[in-house]
Amino acid sequence: MVAIVDYRMGNLHSVQKACAQAGLRSRIVSRATDIRQARAVILPGVGAFGQAMQHLVQQRLIGALKETADSGKPFLGVCLGMQLLFETSEEFGQHRGLGIFPGRVRPFPRNLKVPHMGWNSLSLKRPHAWLRGIPDGAYMYFVHSFYCVPAERDLILATTTYGREVAAAVGRRNVCATQFHPEKSQTLGLTVYHNLARDLAHKE
Amino acid sequence: MLAKRIIPCLDVKDGRVVKGINFVHLRDAGDPVAQARVYDRAGADELVFLDITASWESRQTMIQVVERCADQIFMPLTVGGGIRTVADIRALLQAGADKISINTTAVQQPDLLHRASKMFGTSCIVLAIDARRRSGKKSGWEVFIHGGRTPTGLDAVKWAKRGVALGAGEILLTSMDCDGTQNGYDIELTRTVSRAVSVPVIASGGAGTLKHLAEVLAQGRADAVLAASIFHYGKYTIDQAKRYLARQRVPIRPVPPRRGKQKKSPQRRGGRREKI
Repeated sequence: MVAIVDYRMGNLHSVQKACAQAGLRSRIVSRATDIRQARAVILPGVGAFGQAMQHLVQQRLIGALKETADSGKPFLGVCLGMQLLFETSEEFGQHRGLGIFPGRVRPFPRNLKVPHMGWNSLSLKRPHAWLRGIPDGAYMYFVHSFYCVPAERDLILATTTYGREVAAAVGRRNVCATQFHPEKSQTLGLTVYHNLARDLAHKE
Repeated sequence: MLAKRIIPCLDVKDGRVVKGINFVHLRDAGDPVAQARVYDRAGADELVFLDITASWESRQTMIQVVERCADQIFMPLTVGGGIRTVADIRALLQAGADKISINTTAVQQPDLLHRASKMFGTSCIVLAIDARRRSGKKSGWEVFIHGGRTPTGLDAVKWAKRGVALGAGEILLTSMDCDGTQNGYDIELTRTVSRAVSVPVIASGGAGTLKHLAEVLAQGRADAVLAASIFHYGKYTIDQAKRYLARQRVPIRPVPPRRGKQKKSPQRRGGRREKI
């Protein structure tokens, strides 16, 4: 069972449908015990960083999410769910994130149209099991106004260019996250969910 | 590089697509989900469903359409038409829409833009503006509501800026002068609004040829183009449009190859005809 974390930030329907499409059984959960019992965890999210952290604190999910990262269980972050993995964000003031990965989240400069919205191409930097099958230059669907600056370069799996080169996917071992929306990126995007499904099947 | 988007728009009435559409191999050409699937496979970058009835009953039907669409189609979907409250927005987002476009109510209650963007994030909220040339207006364009029937006295460029300040994350800009003419988009209007705001602008109204798409994306500085007739009636495919734009050096996302589609080999020539 894959736990899709519901912390009142955005639509989880398409993430769940993408899981189903990849043959993953999933449940939308909002309690720490459900996260602890799951075989894999997906942290999606659309909206503001500060509010998201506030909701995670209120629902007492921070501990369970950090444990998931340490446990070796597959942990996929999507969009805001990727940004939350980092230490701090400058989105409307300073906010602390989960701190699973070192680094921070910064706003795009003002001369660019924000949000960075639409299909942009990936430049692959490092392999990860969940990005397998995605070719260099593949287009994915992005919607975000802030971008992640990982403190360690080897966290960056793929970048995209919008005004500057920004992290499009980060990961290490069991934790992997995409700034783009794989569940909105047609067949190539769904590859991420299929890879996650294959990974889980191997572990059985 | 960020690609310019091509967005087909489906007008939906009581859960059915209106305007005749030429996808002959569709079993149910009036089903918006069937249409959406065709555009998904054809390589469209996003889809818009516009509810042109927008009564309470039709909105319940629309929610079911969006749910069915989100079950099968993994691309961005915007829904608009008759959105009046935060509850309307929430229901459609929960059903699987990614963005909600607001037109008349945004003018009548600008606070809705603010509340909705606070609640759901600015990237979910699209401000739709219907604009018509008027000599009295400072910028030269006036905002109309109620499907273009009611003038508001608002200056279109000023309204676009205010809408963005209130929380709109994108602007869907329709030129009423050009809409339906197939003589090209209003380049000047699009460029003026696009320069004035910090969010992406979707140009709408007037597409008749592929050259029109290229013009509004390049000279008009649009980030995306909305089009209906030129695709629905089969005048051009999405692939033709993208190939043309690429030749004009407009950045686009090429139509991805279908999964499982084999490369043509000499042995297969003359074999089974590929369905489109």
